[in-house]
Amino acid sequence: MPSLKDLKNRIASVKSTRKITKAMQMVAAAKLRRAQDAAEAARPYTERFNAVMAGLAASAASSPTAPRLLAGTGRDDVHLLVVMTSERGLCGGFNSTIARLARQRAEELLRQGKTVKILTVGKKGREALKRDHAQRFVNHVDLSAEKRMGYDVAQRIARDIIHRFEAGEFDVATIFYNRFQSVISQVPTARQVIPASFEETSVSPLYEYEPHEEGILGDLLPRGVATQVFSALLENGASEQGARMSAMDSATRNAGDMIDRLTIQYNRSRQASITKELIEIISGAEAL
Amino acid sequence: MADTMQFDLVSPERRLSSLQAREVQIPGSDGDMTAMAGHVPTITTLRPGVLRVVHSGGADEFVVSGGFAEITATNVSVLAEQALTRADLTAEVHDRLVAEAREAVAAAQAAGDSGRLDDASKFLADVTSLRA
Repeated sequence: MPSLKDLKNRIASVKSTRKITKAMQMVAAAKLRRAQDAAEAARPYTERFNAVMAGLAASAASSPTAPRLLAGTGRDDVHLLVVMTSERGLCGGFNSTIARLARQRAEELLRQGKTVKILTVGKKGREALKRDHAQRFVNHVDLSAEKRMGYDVAQRIARDIIHRFEAGEFDVATIFYNRFQSVISQVPTARQVIPASFEETSVSPLYEYEPHEEGILGDLLPRGVATQVFSALLENGASEQGARMSAMDSATRNAGDMIDRLTIQYNRSRQASITKELIEIISGAEAL
Repeated sequence: MADTMQFDLVSPERRLSSLQAREVQIPGSDGDMTAMAGHVPTITTLRPGVLRVVHSGGADEFVVSGGFAEITATNVSVLAEQALTRADLTAEVHDRLVAEAREAVAAAQAAGDSGRLDDASKFLADVTSLRA
């Protein structure tokens, strides 16, 4: 049975924890709005870009001289997994769901006898995968210095990926991130970026291309990788804040419940000790 | 036929402009062009340069680099990897752009690449003339 003083300290400590989680929840809510706005603002670009690329890619894919970023190397032996996570914890299952998906994929590929390389973006994913796959890490991108997810960050990551591809380090690249569905639901998603794949869209009008189609493709494919990385970063940003918000919300509620329970316990034991003292006094008086 | 068309300029981070335009002057990588309503459907990549949009309320200018323009009879969408509006173009940014353009010219000269030199000097001229 904890003493009254212990209980009092415990209640005070849970109360300050509740204050912290409450504050974190509100910060996450504000950041979530900004992240959602950023994702919203990026959507027109991504959509138009993918639509045009889908049209171009459909006509060029069959050609024997199609760029390697589109056609691939013709092998699928070495896989690069780009695992995008956050820099900070305390966001519920956000990081562990991505890490789990990536780990499953890595194990599946290893069972098939493929080589797996891992590029991590964000500290948390690196920590989660370090135990099993540390020897497969090829690079790490630190996002802690980035205040705002700008397109330049995506460009830097994309350039690194493409550079490795051109050096023949891997055949297939897949990015892992959390797709933002709602504040309470984020879907871990794997998306193949090299060789590029685009969703089929309705037949676009016949365009004239300037320069010729393959010139455009060669110019746009690297940008396509950057665009996909960028949209993944933004989705991830919104998902992280959403996950943190709901995690902190339940932490706050849990702290409230705990305070209620502890307060009842505190009151009961205080009452018990008062009763005990009374009994002692009364029985002492009767004995006289 | 309508004499205006829908014009959109988007960068990966935001939508910069969306309006009804009479004509759009596009710095294409194979040469500049002006698109008006009823243009043949065309896709062209961009060189770094100045995009000029003429609409009923006057004309807007944007500095764009990297990306492409998609032109149809009723639409012009410019997807630029980097785009600056007139308001973004402070003296400081302008100086940096001019310095970058000068560097590009020098690099092209050193490499003896006449195509690149053309593009770079055009961009330098465009950017320099923007200084209001």
